[in-house]
Amino acid sequence: MITSSLIPCGQFKTSYAKDTTIFDTPVMRAWAVVGVLALIAAPMILNNYYLSLLIQIGFMGIAALGLNILVGYTGQISLGHAGFFGFGAFASAWLNNSFGVPVVLAMPLAAVMTTFLGLLFGIPAGRLKGLYLAIATFASQFILEDFFARADWFSGGSSGAAANPVNLFGYDLSGDKGFFYVVLFWVVVMFLIGTNLLRSRDGRAFIAVRDHYLSAEVMGINLTKYRILSFGLSSFYAGLGGALYGHYLGFVSAEGFTILMSIEFLGMIIIGGLGSVAGTLMGTTFMVLLPEVMEGGVGIAKTLVGGNVGWLAEGLASIKQASIGLAIILFLIFEPDGLVHRWRLIRSYWKFYPFSY
Amino acid sequence: MTSTASPLLEVRDVSLGFGGVRALTEVNFHVNKGELFSIIGPNGAGKTSMLNCVSGRYKPTAGRVFFEGRDVTGMTPNQRATIGIGRTFQNLALFGHMSVLDNIMVGRHHLLKNNFATGGLYWAGAQKEELAHRRKVEDIIDFLEIAHIRKSTAGTLSYGLRKRVELARAMAVEPKIILLDEPMAGMNLEEKEDMARYIVDLNEEWGMTVVMIEHDMGVVMDISHRVIVLEFGRKIADGLPDEIMSNERVKVAYLGVEDDEEPAAGAVA
Repeated sequence: MITSSLIPCGQFKTSYAKDTTIFDTPVMRAWAVVGVLALIAAPMILNNYYLSLLIQIGFMGIAALGLNILVGYTGQISLGHAGFFGFGAFASAWLNNSFGVPVVLAMPLAAVMTTFLGLLFGIPAGRLKGLYLAIATFASQFILEDFFARADWFSGGSSGAAANPVNLFGYDLSGDKGFFYVVLFWVVVMFLIGTNLLRSRDGRAFIAVRDHYLSAEVMGINLTKYRILSFGLSSFYAGLGGALYGHYLGFVSAEGFTILMSIEFLGMIIIGGLGSVAGTLMGTTFMVLLPEVMEGGVGIAKTLVGGNVGWLAEGLASIKQASIGLAIILFLIFEPDGLVHRWRLIRSYWKFYPFSY
Repeated sequence: MTSTASPLLEVRDVSLGFGGVRALTEVNFHVNKGELFSIIGPNGAGKTSMLNCVSGRYKPTAGRVFFEGRDVTGMTPNQRATIGIGRTFQNLALFGHMSVLDNIMVGRHHLLKNNFATGGLYWAGAQKEELAHRRKVEDIIDFLEIAHIRKSTAGTLSYGLRKRVELARAMAVEPKIILLDEPMAGMNLEEKEDMARYIVDLNEEWGMTVVMIEHDMGVVMDISHRVIVLEFGRKIADGLPDEIMSNERVKVAYLGVEDDEEPAAGAVA
């Protein structure tokens, strides 16, 4: 799209079908396939620590893409994404524990349940914009948090809910190695859907609503319908991400899904790039790895100074929190278009090297 | 220009008020199928308000709007787009971050059937449908000679080109009537000539009925079939371009001729 000027020369599209492919060139598609194949091979090489990081990036990334559809594509702000993420986690555990629905089915079903919840909470969004919508979704965050704490039948209340491991055709996929493939499957599916959306009718309608809602309406787009639909779709992603999270940890507790997590999701898409599918994945990777890098940094400091970094080690939790905030602020100031924009600049730099134009 | 039994668009006694301000007072007019119809008047006369009443942006405080004999006064703008009313805006209203192609494809919205599920999977005929409509969009792109910018981001284009893309987007809706709000504002002579040619072709070759608001009298009088004049929200004249040009009241209100002055010669371009 915007990067069309970076397509290598000699690329002539001879049909409209070839002009609307997801990847601009066959080389780019080949790289994406290689990337997925490398990930399939990853559990054989990486240890469980790195796999758990990748799994985290996976389920957080799915939820973050949902938020990007809402905030980045449709231009509707939401401060309640963690609530929907949590609802998906509880719903999946609930479906499995109370009705014996197999976990593989319970996860997408939980996502569908979350979709309906999102449509419900999205109704005010049909009429509200900007700050007012932020406050309305803020309220949904607290309503859901309160619901998790009180609804014993659904979430187990304050004691939380156990979430069974994934089991497919008798294979136990509970370990990091097994679960990695479950997450990878859903990441590929959900990101493909997110990309396809952008080249079809409803995705264009979302962006039209964001860019100029008055003329979108004159083009025959029902604003209320699309604003609410965007909430539903974003909740589907959040619910699926949450369900994966729940079954990965094996236990869902109401305390995890706070406003802080909602803001973290917002941070991911701001850092990655609003309205960009690839950026979502970059931003999520950044946000998941940032605390780990901080921890590593403190570890290095420890060895350098010789163990005498008590305040640093004690303050590690605060440092992690502060670094997230700092990262968001720095990105807003220096790279509001996110990592994906930075990536494009780097790519064009190499393409044109040594000439800068 | 055969006037059929019922006109394509009929505006009956439309009044519009914002609090104490009366933007329109009992305006009546009709547009026949196949006409190129212009609305002129001084700034603040209520021309754009009139267009907004037709496209559904404003609800008239009194009066009715009929389209193809059907009362559309209560319909929302998006419903009106689906029954065949398309429009452009006076101030640029493109989707700034989308490519020109996507902007025009948005115009096909009500003609496309794929939804978030089929579109998300890009399956079950969604791709085939998208490509079929792409073909239609390319026809419009060819007609308006914007093929070279079809992949550009709309927000980066020059003013004249943006106006043209906006026209393309309105055409993509495949409206029966197209409302153009100052299609030539802020253009240089060459761009104006191009735009005038597009509008005439739109009317004659594509068979669209056109309602146009324009300040350039030369263009209006040259290409319009019929003209109405608004002043302070009231219709003061209605007729063929020549009749309007020789109407004393129009001259006083709009063309700025003093009562005691001899009308300037050669006002018709």
